[in-house]
Amino acid sequence: MAAKSNLTNMVLVLGLTCLFCSAVLGGAYVLTKDPIAAAAAAKTEQAISMVLPHFTSVEYNEYGHYYTAMDGENLVGYAIETTTVGFGGPLSLIVGVTPDGVVYNTSVLSHAETPGLGAKCTTDAKFMDQWRGFDPSIKKLSVKKDGGDVDAITASTITSRAYTLAVENALLVFTELNGEGGQNNE
Amino acid sequence: MSKFKLITDGLVKNNPTFVLLLGMCPTLATTTSAINGLSMGLATLFVLVLSNMAISAIAPVVPDKVHIPVYIVVIATFVTLLQLLMQAYTPAMYETLGLFIPLIVVNCIVLGRAEAFANKHGIGESALDGIGVGLGFTCSLTVLGLVREILGSGSAFGYNFIGGNDGMLAFVMAPGAFLCLGYLMVLFNKFVKKN
Repeated sequence: MAAKSNLTNMVLVLGLTCLFCSAVLGGAYVLTKDPIAAAAAAKTEQAISMVLPHFTSVEYNEYGHYYTAMDGENLVGYAIETTTVGFGGPLSLIVGVTPDGVVYNTSVLSHAETPGLGAKCTTDAKFMDQWRGFDPSIKKLSVKKDGGDVDAITASTITSRAYTLAVENALLVFTELNGEGGQNNE
Repeated sequence: MSKFKLITDGLVKNNPTFVLLLGMCPTLATTTSAINGLSMGLATLFVLVLSNMAISAIAPVVPDKVHIPVYIVVIATFVTLLQLLMQAYTPAMYETLGLFIPLIVVNCIVLGRAEAFANKHGIGESALDGIGVGLGFTCSLTVLGLVREILGSGSAFGYNFIGGNDGMLAFVMAPGAFLCLGYLMVLFNKFVKKN
């Protein structure tokens, strides 16, 4: 079926195929660029609205990896991104902290934990609900095995520790923000 | 060859997973649940049909010595197209399958069908062959995903029927993939392929 090979037709066919394919992909990239950006923005917005009370505007601080959520003039809280090392790889959380220093809620942005064990940190209601309204001034922020007040996921202590550490890091960021009147980005 | 036979061949006689044993990497890795298997199968079906058609159209003018690079470029184009579309319109599914979408390029099924079928047949027949083999792949992956999900998480298509998370965990992980695939292959060859 195939045509007989010679230098001219090999260069021509391969070149034209590549040219045509790049053109198609270039076009597709331009067409899908906005929907992709919109999908990413919607995802971020959804993640923030999961971890903070109602807000009207949000501003991202790229240096400190946190979002400042405002309802009109009032500060609703901070949604802080933190990453720690779980059992299977990086565990990224977004932690919502209200101005009084209480965790409003937490949500997993990405993880690589074992399905059925550590991955339950995104589905286990008992584990997830304990972060809702977690007040670090009353409760000790470490898993029960280590003498704290956090209920670990069964058989997934490493993931639970990583999760706890991520929340702790987020609270450290909050303390800095709060201590400096929310102006400093350190 | 009748049109109907082209499709059923892909489902049974040339079933990519249970008979040809092609594309084992996505088969084993993505079938942790029925939904994941189904989505991976459909993604491959999409690429397979379009690349089969494109390749059967250009095959007569492609010089023999460069046909593999040309086919790969064509396949890679469709895969990238699929990746962009999924990222834009089904971000949740893209997140689950993310890593395995680019790997469709090197999935032996796609290049295999281009080599073995599409470059010798017309556009219509190649499209049907793509649909048949793609459906075969989709069904196999869905069944494998379903079996692993039922045994491993006690749920089917995300619907939990044992009221808890106490499935046999091993089936969600890699060893379970091999075990299930092995047993399904035995059953398939014993009961389905014979008839």
